[in-house]
Amino acid sequence: MRQNRLSRRDGLRVAAGLIGLALAPRAAFAEMPAALRAALDRVLAGRTPEQGGITLRLPAIAENGNNVPMTVLVDSPMTAEDHVTSIHVLATGNPTPEVAAFRLTPAMGRAQVDTRIRLGQTQDVIALAETSTGRLMIGRAEVKVTIGGCGG
Amino acid sequence: MSAPIGQPRVRLPQQMRTGEVIEIRTLITHVMETGQRRNADGAIVPRDIIRSFVCRLNGAEVFAMELAPAIAANPYIAFPLKVEGPGTIEMTWTTDSGEQRRATAELRPV
Repeated sequence: MRQNRLSRRDGLRVAAGLIGLALAPRAAFAEMPAALRAALDRVLAGRTPEQGGITLRLPAIAENGNNVPMTVLVDSPMTAEDHVTSIHVLATGNPTPEVAAFRLTPAMGRAQVDTRIRLGQTQDVIALAETSTGRLMIGRAEVKVTIGGCGG
Repeated sequence: MSAPIGQPRVRLPQQMRTGEVIEIRTLITHVMETGQRRNADGAIVPRDIIRSFVCRLNGAEVFAMELAPAIAANPYIAFPLKVEGPGTIEMTWTTDSGEQRRATAELRPV
């Protein structure tokens, strides 16, 4: 009988511990999922991006997450000395955060890309632009998605 | 079997001047299967996407894009290009299975 009560109490303790374990990482994950952290780290490579310099044009509300028009425009002279070399786009709320990576050259004359993307749910989209002078810029836009578009 | 890929459509301005920045707009038919979707039997439909796009001007790369499953079906890609004189642009789309489509266009500034 006594053995029984002890084991029941132990059981409760174990259960409480498990709930605690489950909640702690979940709170951290809500801040930044592991896949997003990894994708962001690959682009940042330990650097801190500066805010601004990027115009990330996305609709505030996307009725169909399967086809969301996106424009990324970076403030750059696009000369041989000073031009955008790459743009990375990450969807923070998609199962796979990577959306696209672009390589740019001064021959373009303007640092701009246009495409159509899929968004699984309401989320922030992040654009990161790197220049030949070593600058790293970050821009962000929130899109409210009515019908998710990850074919899930 | 990989998903069918259509013939690309490329649009340039009717007229262009030397020194002008034009916009090149492209569209290609492809389902862009994400690898997240399940079929009627509950099995995952394998990923099958156009994974890269490259644009060259007179043989030199001027713009490129790596695509992920988060690019919508029938990828639309548009980008600017500064017209420095007459030239040939060549664009290549490549799928996961290595299949390619090419399109060329002439730059003829007036």
